[in-house]
Amino acid sequence: MTSSQFFGIATILYILAMVAYISYLAFRNNSVGMLATTITVMGFISQTIAFLMRWNDFYHLLEDTGVIKSPLQGIIRAIPVTNLYESLIFFVWCLILAYLVIEWRYRNRSFGAFITPIAGLALAFIEMSGMSKEIQPLVPALQSNWLLAHVVMSFISYSLFAVSFATATMYLITTTDKKNEPAYIFWVITSGLILILLVSMGIDYVIFRVGRPDILFKKGLLLKATFLNENAFISLLSFAGALIILFGIWRYGYLIKHIIQSMNISSELLDEITYKAIAIGFPIFTLGGLIFGAIWADQAWGVYWSWDPKETWSLITWFIYAFYLHSRLLRGWRGRKIAVVASIGFAAVIFTYLGVNLLLSGLHAYGGLK
Amino acid sequence: MEQKKTFVDRIWDFFTSIKLAIVLFLLISLTSIVGTIIEQRAEPQKNIEILSKLFGSDIAPALYSILDTLQFTDMYHSWWFVSLLMLFATNLIICSLDRLPKVLRIVREEIKPLPEEIFSTLPVKREIFLNKKIDNIKPTLIGALRKHGFNLKEDSSSGQLFSQKGAFSRLGVYITHLSILIILAGALVGIFFGFKGFLNIREGMTYSVAFRGGMNWTHQDEVMVENLITLMNRAKGDIVEAARFMNTTPQELRRTLRYYGIEPLGFEIECRDFEVEFYGNSDMPKEYKSLLVVRDKDRNFDKWIEVNDPLKYKGYTFYQSSYGTWPGVKGVFKFNFIDKNGNVLEKNVSPLEDFELPGGLKAKVVDFSPALAFDETGRPFTYTAQMNNPAALVEFNRKDWSRWVLKRYPQTWQLPDGSALQFVDYWGVQYTGLQVRRDPGVWLVYLGCIIMAIGLYITFFISHKRIWLRLVPEKNGTRVLIGGSVSRNREAFERHIDSIIKEVQ
Ligand code: HEM
Repeated sequence: MTSSQFFGIATILYILAMVAYISYLAFRNNSVGMLATTITVMGFISQTIAFLMRWNDFYHLLEDTGVIKSPLQGIIRAIPVTNLYESLIFFVWCLILAYLVIEWRYRNRSFGAFITPIAGLALAFIEMSGMSKEIQPLVPALQSNWLLAHVVMSFISYSLFAVSFATATMYLITTTDKKNEPAYIFWVITSGLILILLVSMGIDYVIFRVGRPDILFKKGLLLKATFLNENAFISLLSFAGALIILFGIWRYGYLIKHIIQSMNISSELLDEITYKAIAIGFPIFTLGGLIFGAIWADQAWGVYWSWDPKETWSLITWFIYAFYLHSRLLRGWRGRKIAVVASIGFAAVIFTYLGVNLLLSGLHAYGGLK
Repeated sequence: MEQKKTFVDRIWDFFTSIKLAIVLFLLISLTSIVGTIIEQRAEPQKNIEILSKLFGSDIAPALYSILDTLQFTDMYHSWWFVSLLMLFATNLIICSLDRLPKVLRIVREEIKPLPEEIFSTLPVKREIFLNKKIDNIKPTLIGALRKHGFNLKEDSSSGQLFSQKGAFSRLGVYITHLSILIILAGALVGIFFGFKGFLNIREGMTYSVAFRGGMNWTHQDEVMVENLITLMNRAKGDIVEAARFMNTTPQELRRTLRYYGIEPLGFEIECRDFEVEFYGNSDMPKEYKSLLVVRDKDRNFDKWIEVNDPLKYKGYTFYQSSYGTWPGVKGVFKFNFIDKNGNVLEKNVSPLEDFELPGGLKAKVVDFSPALAFDETGRPFTYTAQMNNPAALVEFNRKDWSRWVLKRYPQTWQLPDGSALQFVDYWGVQYTGLQVRRDPGVWLVYLGCIIMAIGLYITFFISHKRIWLRLVPEKNGTRVLIGGSVSRNREAFERHIDSIIKEVQ
């Protein structure tokens, strides 16, 4: 079997796991919970195999093209995290690993329903955006040993920030009561957006991949079935549907709150996990994302800092998490306010990673999705 | 006098507040976001286009002029952004200084026995019963705790045993904060005492200066710059010598050079060759490399530089950063003629120059394409101005021998009689774009980075742990009361203590 087949299996298992975790939360049936964990572990194993196989394939490609000087250098440089596709996959792998550790440490499966959708979102995005899945040889700038440390550590920290986002959202869900509270509206919008994106990418999948396997995809199909549909009516309908979903969550949010509370998760625990994930993610991000990135730029181009949008957005992300760490020290800022800050931090992470490439590249003249 | 002090106090208070830090985090982030949307140091037209896409073309020009006035078009160098960073640094310094004495006291403080009423309020508490006499269990406890890094001391009057470790970890935050200041200081040293510029050298050319860039030279300036470059080259980069040529002092010459954004290197640097290697037959670049030659008074050497592998000499670093074709110059075709027996003859010829080859063979290059491809009808065309696939149309004095010879395709070198004309290079038209830097502050930045890594590690992964034991004799054994406190990550500490307890029991 090939690497992409193993990864295909992992993708399907993760999506099933997401469904299972959500059902587990809804029906509180322990065997469903067991099933969810089993599926996740199997998906994780399958993805690990896929990852190692791709690493191996990549190593042979580098060996064949003669850009490596020693086997060790080859192993270091062949780690498959060199393009958008590979790095998103690696992000999912780290996130699932982090989740499994949390499930095991806190002996509680209900986090799964909030963390696996983030992985699902990344996987659906990979599938529908039409990004290249090919193994590509290394362009000159990527031929550096710093690649490994920089990218791997960045993505470990991103996955920890994703965890903190999930638990911060859960915290907001369990601690807000009034429907007109800003924090309540905030979590309705953040979790609603994720749900809406998941649903619309699911529709993309059903319509384009299952329904029309005959067409060849070159460009992204992201949201083409719904919001970006050529038919203005369907597009309008989609926005209306999105509003209905948001309204539904807003109206019946207390049900989610009851479910989480019935799972024996206290808000203190959620706050603590949020803080811990950031307290581990922050130093890793600082060292791997900012410092190693700067050293690499220094060695490749002779500027350790050039205020380009990617660098600047990493710095913004860093500042927001510094904001989070320091606002905990302010009297009266514990709780909801800083959970909101943690959520915004993750939004900045997503923008640093995807937004700079996808949105700013539409404005500026540099590469987006290839 | 009295009033002045309260004023200073007020400023001090202003800068010690974390609230200010929070506001600054927010302000720097928000303004930076604008800076990533507006392209920095770009032509106005570019940004007006961007603004048109976002807000419509009606208000884009007006919006642009507002943003331009507010210096958002070069915001990371604007006075207000630099002021924000300065405020941030001041906040950091004063806030840290304000708290440091208290923290130092805690770090230095010896651990003391606790009165019973405080002992009972410790956040971590355990109680175990051991069926041994006090004097027998003391060594066991001391031994078990020493294995975990706690060296127990005994207080003779209260009989309490206690120990602490990791007190220094409370300084982690301050080490982290200090590292930020060191990095900022390093950046400032680089900005004020360093040089960041570029140098485009065509193959075969030599320079002894580099250029700061971003200068707006008038035509007159350009003439002057040309003269200065020639002068410096004639003096082989030696500024004293160059000043003598010009009948001026080295200081004066240095000042003139600085005015025009010219950095005298003090040695000569030549680009002997520039090459792009590609993956297989694709146009995907595998490596950009330049053969640089350094000529100094007492030392000559050369080095191939690549992306990620620069040349360093006398405080300057030359990075491979771009490349291109120099407009309006003629190069030299470098051929190897390989006869049927494998003998190699090197030929360097100009375009349209007749050249003789063994066996009465004559040839000349009549056309050149930097990137040759053929369309469906077989007609040749150039697909990019870069030298991705250099090709020479060579005419021979034999009928039907004329052909395109391609550098990247050895099969095109073969001639009908079994000999071959290897196209080695079209040399002297490409330039290598070097980023040139001298940064006396970079070591400070690196030092700051190392210190930051250490500081963050200490802050988040080491904690100040304190532990107290009270031994209460009972009928057939001893009750051991354990109390502890920790500066962070209490659960891990509790697990740690529980594992120690298991060992003792
Ligand atoms: C981006 C820059 C900064 C970084 C990376 C940073 C980093 C940190 C870290 C990691 C902590 C420990 C937080 C925790 O234990 O959860 C901390 C604490 C703290 N920071 Fe900063 N900091 C920065 C800027 C500032 C500024 C500008 C101030 C000025 C007021 C400040 C004041 C403090 C204070 C007072 C503490 C608490 C110290 C204590 O707990 O004793 N920090 N900082």
